[in-house]
This record gives sequence, C-alpha cells and structure tokens, in this order.
Amino acid sequence: MSGDASKALSNDVLWGGGRSPFSISYGKMMMWFFLVSDALTFSGLLVAYGFVRHSTTDAWPIGEEVFRALPGLTGSYPLIYVALMTAILIFSSVTMVLAVEAGHRMDKKGVIKWLFLTVIGGAFFVGSQAWEWSHFIHGGGGYITTNEGLKYWVHNDTHDTHDPSNAAGFHLEKAKAGHYLVAEEGAHHLDHDASLKLWNERADYVDGANMVHNEYGPPQYANFFFFITGFHGFHVFSGVVINLIVLIMVVQGVFHRRGHYEMVEKVGLYWHFVDLVWVFVFTFFYLL
Amino acid sequence: MLRDDVIEYSLDAHHSEEEGRKIRRNIWMVTLFLAVVTTVEVTLGAYWKEWFEPTAWNTIKWIYVVLTLVKATYIVMSFMHLGDERRNIRAIILLPYALFILYLVFIAIFESNYVHQIWVRFL
Repeated sequence: MSGDASKALSNDVLWGGGRSPFSISYGKMMMWFFLVSDALTFSGLLVAYGFVRHSTTDAWPIGEEVFRALPGLTGSYPLIYVALMTAILIFSSVTMVLAVEAGHRMDKKGVIKWLFLTVIGGAFFVGSQAWEWSHFIHGGGGYITTNEGLKYWVHNDTHDTHDPSNAAGFHLEKAKAGHYLVAEEGAHHLDHDASLKLWNERADYVDGANMVHNEYGPPQYANFFFFITGFHGFHVFSGVVINLIVLIMVVQGVFHRRGHYEMVEKVGLYWHFVDLVWVFVFTFFYLL
Repeated sequence: MLRDDVIEYSLDAHHSEEEGRKIRRNIWMVTLFLAVVTTVEVTLGAYWKEWFEPTAWNTIKWIYVVLTLVKATYIVMSFMHLGDERRNIRAIILLPYALFILYLVFIAIFESNYVHQIWVRFL
C-alpha cells in the first residue's frame, strides 16, 4: 500500500532533485495542504464555540437534552439520532477506503461498488442533517417569559406552536431556574385556567429556533449550531457531488485507461476529512 | 502534453490480491474499533447521570476528548494512509497544525476565563 514511501532512500537521493522528496504526487500533496487549511477553519469555529460557551454567564443547553428525538417516534432517545448519523458517516468512510483499496488492485468493479455505497451513505447523512435542522427550527413547544422573568414551558397535545393556547391539552409547566429545557421537579403542571392567565399576561413567547432567539439556550447556541453543522453539511454535500463525478468517470473507464486510480484516493482523502471533522463536531457540540 | 520526467508515484501503491486481503482485514478491524468507541461515547453521554455522581462529569469530559483524539488518529493514520507515507510529509502536515491548534486552544481558554470573570463582576 505504501509503495515508494516505504523504500529506504538516502537523504542525498531523496532531496537530490529529480523526484518528490515526499514520494507523493503533486495532486495528493496539494489535497493534503488544502485539508490542513480547512481543518484550521473548522478548528477556529469549534474554538470560537468553546470560547463563547466558556465565557458566558447564561445557562448553556446540554446536547442530550436538546437532541433526543427520532423521526416518527415520540419519547426521549438522547443522542441516538446523532449517533446514527455518525455511524452512517463512519461507514461511508469505510466503503471509501475499500474503494481506494480496490483501485490499488485495478479492480474496476470493486471501485464502482464501494464508491456507489459511499455516495449513498453521504446522501443519507445530508438527508439526516436536513431532518435534524427542521426539527431544531420547529422546536418542541417553546416557552413564555413572564414580566417577573420566570420561564414556563408551553405544552399541548397537537404540538401546535402557532396558536397553542387554543389547542387541546394546553397547559404550562414551570421551568427549572438556570436551566433550559428542564422542567422544575415536582408537580408544576399548571391547570388550564392558570395557564391561560399566564399566557395572556406573557412578556414573550419563544418557540423553536432562529438567528435571533431559540427555546434551547442563548442565541449563540443556535447560531453556532447553524454555522458549524451547516458548514460541515455543505462539505458533505460537495463531497457527495465530487464522489458522484468521480464515480461516473470510473464507470466510463477514465482511470483504468490512465493506469491508476489515484483520483479515487484524492477524493477519498477529502471524504475521510469530512468524517474526521464530524468526529470533532460530535464530541464538542453534542457530547460536551 | 505528455511529460516523461514525471514520476508516477501512485503506481507504486498498487498491490496484489493477497496483500489486498490483509489490508481489507485491517480496514474492518479499524472500523470495528471506531464503532465500539462511538458506542461507548453515546452510552456514556446518555446514561452517565444514572450511573455516576454528577461530579463525575469532568472526568467524562476528559474521557471524551481522549477518545476523540484516538478516533482521529485512527482515521488519519489508517483511513487516510498518512501512517504509510514518508515521515517528512507526515511532519509537514501534522506539526504546523498541532502547533497552531495548541496555541489557539490555550489562548481561547485563558481569554474566555477572563471575559467570564469580567461579566460576572460588571453585569
């Protein structure tokens, strides 16, 4: 697998000119340099997130309390959906490395098979992220603030956020002080009349998430969610497009005629990098 | 334009069917390892409150950081084949990055601590 890089060469030969001292092609080296600069961009975003979270005096939401829904199901499944997305991305990274391996054996059919699965996995991930964004933006019912600065969660049976006070089963629940998303312990479900009274006297109603405010935490929380996962999602999307283009070229036999499948290896580097970034986003945004 | 002075390094990466079997087994072992680590992380994140004292959160956070770095090492060294490349290209990619990031993390932690104290005092 390592090829020329595993040959023992003296420094005189290695750096004497007429060859790459790194024993890799120009294209692969430039892909690595691009990935280093891109990694610095993502690090900057995650460090900025850490900075804001560490310096804030406001309560900060916890990943397992925000992200605990599964499509089509009610109930609480903390982080299961995100873990599923991570598994999909890691698996598509594996199929990519298998495509590269098949390329090293000039096995055109193998490359097509594994690269196709990689494209499918990537598309699944982008779709999952779209659902997650939609769920995050719509929210779970929202909260109202009173003029005294108290927070109450809004509940109703139909998850109506447009006109919640008229929906069946409407009631409010007192939120735990210094916490987002967590209701105060004990029986604090208000009855309908008390809820309606508070609702009509509310100072503000926050529901779901947008760039100005969100029901999960400080405004920066949603802003970082949109920017970091959005920037990563854009990388995944462009990765899927590039993989698809290379897959078409493989089917056409371009690389077989060229005599090597290094292009698959180069787009593979980009694809693994997307997976790598997600590993860090998963830890620093969702887990910590 | 065809140049005959360009060395095609990618041809050296070609290997036989037999070597391929060994490499594929290695890939699946790394996959299994990454899957196990992710499962451990998610299980810890979802159930740590029921299993440990709340004060254990700090320890778990450090476990997360270490596990993430372990995962990243396996992805970069095995999946991205950086472990198979020459030592000089490995150093050129990893050392400047590590240097910048350690500095950035260090400065962010100190400055955010400072900003936090200012806000606590004056807000």
